[in-house]
Amino acid sequence: MIDWAHFTPWTALGGGILIGVAAAMLVLLNGRIAGVAGIIGGVLRPAAGDIGWRFAFILGLLAAPAAYRLFAAPGAPTIEASYPVLLLAGLLVGAGTRYGSGCTSGHGVCGLSRLSPRSLAATITFVLAGAATVYSVRHLLA
Amino acid sequence: MNAVSAFAGGLVFGTGLIISGMTDPSKIIGFLDVAGAWDPSLAFVLGGAVLVGFIAFRLARGRAASFLGGAMHLPNARRIDRPLVLGSLAFGVGWGLAGYCPGPAVVAFGSGHDKAVVFLVAMIAGMALYEAADRLFQARRRRRVPRELSDVAGDA
Repeated sequence: MIDWAHFTPWTALGGGILIGVAAAMLVLLNGRIAGVAGIIGGVLRPAAGDIGWRFAFILGLLAAPAAYRLFAAPGAPTIEASYPVLLLAGLLVGAGTRYGSGCTSGHGVCGLSRLSPRSLAATITFVLAGAATVYSVRHLLA
Repeated sequence: MNAVSAFAGGLVFGTGLIISGMTDPSKIIGFLDVAGAWDPSLAFVLGGAVLVGFIAFRLARGRAASFLGGAMHLPNARRIDRPLVLGSLAFGVGWGLAGYCPGPAVVAFGSGHDKAVVFLVAMIAGMALYEAADRLFQARRRRRVPRELSDVAGDA
């Protein structure tokens, strides 16, 4: 059943196109994959001459809310998870994305754009695992 | 120059995440909750991004250097192996629990939400744990190989 009250196709598509433009900028100008987990992971495994662009990209992400506020008021996010759950989830996302070589941006956006079967497999895996987790939390345990 | 374009890329990426609503964990969980009230927005975000990304990676393919002249760093791994699947499974569980993946978590940290700060710190700790474990296993593997080689030599 589609949740029409929360479904936002136009802003989703528009924001998605911007994300695609950002991925295009990074690959065409920097020769790099716009995978956020990989970019942060590379900072934790420093190699000479490979740090500056990573910090610059992360700074850009961090500056985005301030830039957005110049034009519009940001909506307030709803974060249902408790602090202990967020802690566990963060550890899983951090270790999992590094072990699996990518996240929603690296495998999802860039990998699917490259038509990589490996990234398609990863994307299907994390979407199914996420859906199974939400199903367990919302419908089995609740 | 590379840092300037990377900063601009991050800024555009983050703005796209905010506009699309992906920095709100309830939108992510709304997408993953296929058995409840389902919000398909995330599929439109991915669709819009891949539409542009597909053209960009077509242009990038076969190029020896980027438009700024640097080397191209495109992945060449092709195998669907155990680390890919197990890592993605763990990531998916965490994603479903919190509603955050790495990109939106960094952007939400930039807005200063308490819960996003906790998530991001834990996420970076998880990445650091992976690095430590990976280094440990690699060091162990390196130590084992010469011994095995010497065993073979002994047999001969």
